[in-house]
Amino acid sequence: MSTVIDDHGHAAHDHAHGPAKGLMRWVLTTNHKDIGTMYLWFAFAMFLLGGSFAMVIRAELFQPGLQIVKPAFFNQMTTMHGLIMVFGAVMPAFVGLANWMIPLMIGAPDMALPRMNNFSFWLLPAAFLLLVSTLFSPGGGPNFGWTFYAPLSTTYAPASVTFFIFAIHLMGISSIMGAINVIATILNLRAPGMTLMKMPLFVWTWLITAFLLIAVMPVLAGVVTMMLMDIHFGTSFFSAAGGGDPVLFQHVFWFFGHPEVYIMILPAFGAVSSIIPAFSRKPLFGYTSMVYATGAIAFLSFIVWAHHMFVVGIPVVGELFFMYATMLIAVPTGVKVFNWVSTMWEGSLTFETPMLFAIAFVILFTIGGFSGLMLAIAPADFQYHDTYFVVAHFHYVLVPGAIFGIFASAYYWLPKWTGHMYDETLGKLHFWLSFIGMNMAFFPMHFVGLAGMPRRVPDYNLQFADFNMVSSIGAFTFGVTQIFFLFIVIKCIRGGKPAPAKPWDGAEGLEWSVPSPAPYHTFQTPPEVK
Amino acid sequence: MAAHQHYYVPAQSKWPIIATLGMLITVFGLGTWFNDMKAGHEDSHGPLIFFVGALCLAYMLFGWFGAVIKESRAGLYSPQLDRSFRWGMSWFIFSEVMFFVAFFGALFYVRHLAGPALGGEGAKGVAHMLWPNFQFAWPLLHTPDPKLFPPPSDVIDPWHLPLINTILLVSSSVTITIAHHALRKDHRGALKFWLALTIVLGLAFLILQAYEYHEAYTELGLTLHSGIYGATFFMLTGFHGAHVTMGTIILFVMLMRILRGHFSADKHFGFEAASWYWHFVDVVWVGLFIFVYVL
Repeated sequence: MSTVIDDHGHAAHDHAHGPAKGLMRWVLTTNHKDIGTMYLWFAFAMFLLGGSFAMVIRAELFQPGLQIVKPAFFNQMTTMHGLIMVFGAVMPAFVGLANWMIPLMIGAPDMALPRMNNFSFWLLPAAFLLLVSTLFSPGGGPNFGWTFYAPLSTTYAPASVTFFIFAIHLMGISSIMGAINVIATILNLRAPGMTLMKMPLFVWTWLITAFLLIAVMPVLAGVVTMMLMDIHFGTSFFSAAGGGDPVLFQHVFWFFGHPEVYIMILPAFGAVSSIIPAFSRKPLFGYTSMVYATGAIAFLSFIVWAHHMFVVGIPVVGELFFMYATMLIAVPTGVKVFNWVSTMWEGSLTFETPMLFAIAFVILFTIGGFSGLMLAIAPADFQYHDTYFVVAHFHYVLVPGAIFGIFASAYYWLPKWTGHMYDETLGKLHFWLSFIGMNMAFFPMHFVGLAGMPRRVPDYNLQFADFNMVSSIGAFTFGVTQIFFLFIVIKCIRGGKPAPAKPWDGAEGLEWSVPSPAPYHTFQTPPEVK
Repeated sequence: MAAHQHYYVPAQSKWPIIATLGMLITVFGLGTWFNDMKAGHEDSHGPLIFFVGALCLAYMLFGWFGAVIKESRAGLYSPQLDRSFRWGMSWFIFSEVMFFVAFFGALFYVRHLAGPALGGEGAKGVAHMLWPNFQFAWPLLHTPDPKLFPPPSDVIDPWHLPLINTILLVSSSVTITIAHHALRKDHRGALKFWLALTIVLGLAFLILQAYEYHEAYTELGLTLHSGIYGATFFMLTGFHGAHVTMGTIILFVMLMRILRGHFSADKHFGFEAASWYWHFVDVVWVGLFIFVYVL
């Protein structure tokens, strides 16, 4: 039985506490479910904010010519859209899922370091307050793209770049502490009998994601620190006049940036690996190979970074090395895709909302993977680089990849979180509107990109007009649909058919052995795993 | 399983939110300060805001660590929680290693790829066209544009102060290990002596490092502004120095706790974590000595 003491340190209770009353519950909490909930709501708020910036971008691109915003503001929108979606929406949403589900999946009483867990969360609103407030500063917010290449982000940056740098530092500290907590929880708090190779894949993928986070977030801190020194203290890291090199920025940034893209997808792989078996009513095909494939992807992610830099002028040997190493990633990723398909093969499939999102994930993420393979071919990338084809590629891995993975997880575990079933009809409607909107928004970008439309421009050649209009209509559809998702979630929290402990008959795992909604404290006595 | 019983889940705590506000105020102050400095505003509020934030953080560190020490001494922590702390500290040190990796990576990249290319090496040597007369050599005593980045007249000789500093830090790693062994055998007198000696060695290192910086700035013209050599030199040794400062403070806290009778022969993870951290800064120094000073 876990011991819970109050702040004065006098009384040790052996019975389970309910949550504290009032607003301070959320500010002071050490409960993994409270913190998970806050992460998820924060991520959703940032998703809507970053999404509204995307709406500005798509509105401007609806027709050729400059209509709605000035180019300087357009650049701030693309920059902030990317930063908010990466660091504010996708990453916190996965940390929220980890907080909620990892202790429930491994039979732990809470996260290993609960106070640090609260600290990890609250740093995020602070960081984004700092970042978003720069939009209102004289000279405007960051306008150099989410990749903030030097010297755009140093010599030519607005004054607000200083606050951008510190905001990145806060996000990094938050991520590192969150990741340390996840690793300590998984390695130290598993219930007896829960061996590593019995862990659900979501736990496995998060273990590896946490390792990636601890390995690369400090490198991001390093690169923004170099920027800070170049801007304010006269160093010459990114200035060739002093013997430095702007390309150094790109190397250090992408050494962080490439593992970062796996940080944003591996937890989705894990969640989908729970959801597909549940609705196929079959165990996951190739569990062991899934674990090793995840490890292989994580390893490869450290040796492919320069495929983002094929046109910057690196030696031919380098181009070849990074090209082939990148293509190798297709092997473990292919293992995963085939395993998901094999899991569905001859299963008793039903298509509830989580399964719809999961299947769309497998198909559409694979499309994003294939366009990634095209971009990995160095000579072809000379053509595709910095075109809308790249935008299409990474939105195909991030929207139906990461975001659909999060939606699938949300629908799958909402009954466990709220104690109510969500409205299945509305859920399906949300899926189909998202699916249509998202494909309409991003599929035409492949074509305009291959035809030569550059990314990060507020205006474009007339020949791209029709496809851009289609993209914008799709984007608006997708955007409005997410407000509908907010409605579905609130409806589910407030009422609905009571959910049994295990609402999905094919689902496996410890999280379904506790009642729905999950009590405030669970597994104070660890379960025995056979 | 017995190990799973009594895993300590703390109740609500005010420290994380104080830490968050402290950090936000600190970085907001720093950002304001730096920006005003650059814009030439004399009457910046930045330093004051930064100071308030730093005070918040100091209060938080005292309070939070104080709470943990109190709980630990009240016997609330199980061996399982102790393992959580061990994992936590190990991965924290790994994250610190990766932070230094970024700066070491920058150093190697400049020395072996960017620098030679700027000097005209390589198949195309496009960079060479910018400054045709620039010859690359390390240490970089001539920058491509000496007006923008005035180069140093010379760099620090590794076989004087840096060698002494290496001896000091490596010895301090030995003395802290002796202190740890004394603690495990419950020889409190020896523990106090060897820990205090470790702190003295750390302080001596810091004083010599400050002296070296002074010499670099006043006599050699080696500054943050003197091209990429100065940039990598001061960032690597500077962040290392900051870590030695932090480590010395941590060891000092450990000494205070020991003087108050904290830690026992078999339960002393706080001390052990401090010594891990100290060994880590020592290892980083050895890397610095070899790759920044000697080679």
